[in-house]
Amino acid sequence: MQKVGIIGVGQSAFVRGYEGSIRELVFEGFAEAMRDAQLKPQDIQASIICSAPEYDKQRTPAGLMAEYLGLNPQPTFYIESVCSSSSMGLRVAYSMIQAGLHEVVAVIGFQKMSEISSAESQERMGRGADIMWESPFGTMMPAYYAMHARAHMNTYGTTEEDLALIRVKAASYGQINEKAVYRKGVTLEKALSSDPVSTPLKVFDCCANADGSSCIIVASEKMAKKLSPKPVWILGLGAASAPINMAGRTTFTGLTCAREAAKQAYEMAGVGPQDIDVAEVHDCFTIAEMMAYEDLGFAEPGKGKELIRNKETYIGGKIPVNVDGGLLSKGHPIGATGGSQLRTITLQLRGEAGPMQVDGAKIGLVHNIGGVGIYGNVTILGRD
Amino acid sequence: MGFDRFGTVSFVSQSKVDKFVDFLDEGKVMGTKCKSCGAKYFPPRNDCAQCLSSDVEWFELTGTGKLATYSKLMYAPSGFEKDLPYRICVVEYPDGVKAFGRISAAISDDDLAIGMDLVAVPIKLSGNQVAYEFRRP
Repeated sequence: MQKVGIIGVGQSAFVRGYEGSIRELVFEGFAEAMRDAQLKPQDIQASIICSAPEYDKQRTPAGLMAEYLGLNPQPTFYIESVCSSSSMGLRVAYSMIQAGLHEVVAVIGFQKMSEISSAESQERMGRGADIMWESPFGTMMPAYYAMHARAHMNTYGTTEEDLALIRVKAASYGQINEKAVYRKGVTLEKALSSDPVSTPLKVFDCCANADGSSCIIVASEKMAKKLSPKPVWILGLGAASAPINMAGRTTFTGLTCAREAAKQAYEMAGVGPQDIDVAEVHDCFTIAEMMAYEDLGFAEPGKGKELIRNKETYIGGKIPVNVDGGLLSKGHPIGATGGSQLRTITLQLRGEAGPMQVDGAKIGLVHNIGGVGIYGNVTILGRD
Repeated sequence: MGFDRFGTVSFVSQSKVDKFVDFLDEGKVMGTKCKSCGAKYFPPRNDCAQCLSSDVEWFELTGTGKLATYSKLMYAPSGFEKDLPYRICVVEYPDGVKAFGRISAAISDDDLAIGMDLVAVPIKLSGNQVAYEFRRP
């Protein structure tokens, strides 16, 4: 089987209250990726548009974006798996290229969350769970992850301070990422003394809502070698699902969809957790990063706290994680997030991550989750 | 009226298991059991995901479950602000059935502990809405 490579990456700055329309927001990430790949719109053979649809009045956004980005008459369509939409878009692009349908495909993610109020946003995000049996009790995303935090703390002795340490790390890197929405440092004291949102999670345990776009240009092996001096190869792809309702779950100390996706991705890539040089994990909440350490095998179940206490997930540690600030500080514009994570790892493997660079990184991993562990996507990238 | 009477705000107007709401009126919290393969479901379902039969019967969620996990919300989504603060939870029953819901305000935060015994009790809310909550046995 041929290899499939990433030959261009881009993202807009992640901001609060983007002063423009979704088409202009998407243009920013797309144009940066196209400059990176040195391509023109007519070189893109198909586009996959990824977002969560409840934020915009625009119906069928793929049609709008293809027109605005100069991608007619090539095929375009929409992929949705809430927060992991653009990782799922990458999976579809990979499949189309392996099938021989297309050789160069653009995966474009976006979200303008500020189109609606924060309370409306919480209500819509809460409806990314079971609306028939759970939403009538007044659920929202922080509460679902908070229940996982409570279970993790009770089972393994993880503390609120351990979670706060994850935020301190995220903020230390968010400060040096010029695309991040939250660029201030956060001390342990500040994180621990922030207001409770849904116990035991506090304001600083939660990622920042943001507006943003991302774009990944994916190519066949032949085209990647022809077009790019530094292609980054897709070594492994894993995807899995788990029950949307909490009553259907078998555990609250981890996400089974992430474990299953990781197993598939490691197997396909022929590598293990010890081989990963740098990782991007879906830290929509601090507890989500803690669970990711364990679900990805960076630590044994219950030992994730040792990684953060010993700073092993900082640059220079055993396995640097989210050294671009993560969702916590970089921001989490739902549909753009997976693409942004893939961009970060691609830049790392090209040695172009600037102050966030992990020296000599050869193999990187992206862990992107949709909803409260409904959809798990793990992607492993490598360079020549 | 159908399923729109369930909870503070319902997001589903009707379902083939609407009768769940009528049972709450009668003081019962009910799940469904597949008559073909015996799979038990809570929340109730009209259709069995194990054997794909749609021949199901009701059973009452009786007995004591254990608190699996919970969280106290200090912020609420649109439509739930008046209920704040409230605690949501998952309760696990001995036969493996799990139930999602709220913990009764009669139990203080300090008395909450994972593993504690709880029972599901139907309750009436304002505006003719109904639900269930978890209380001490």
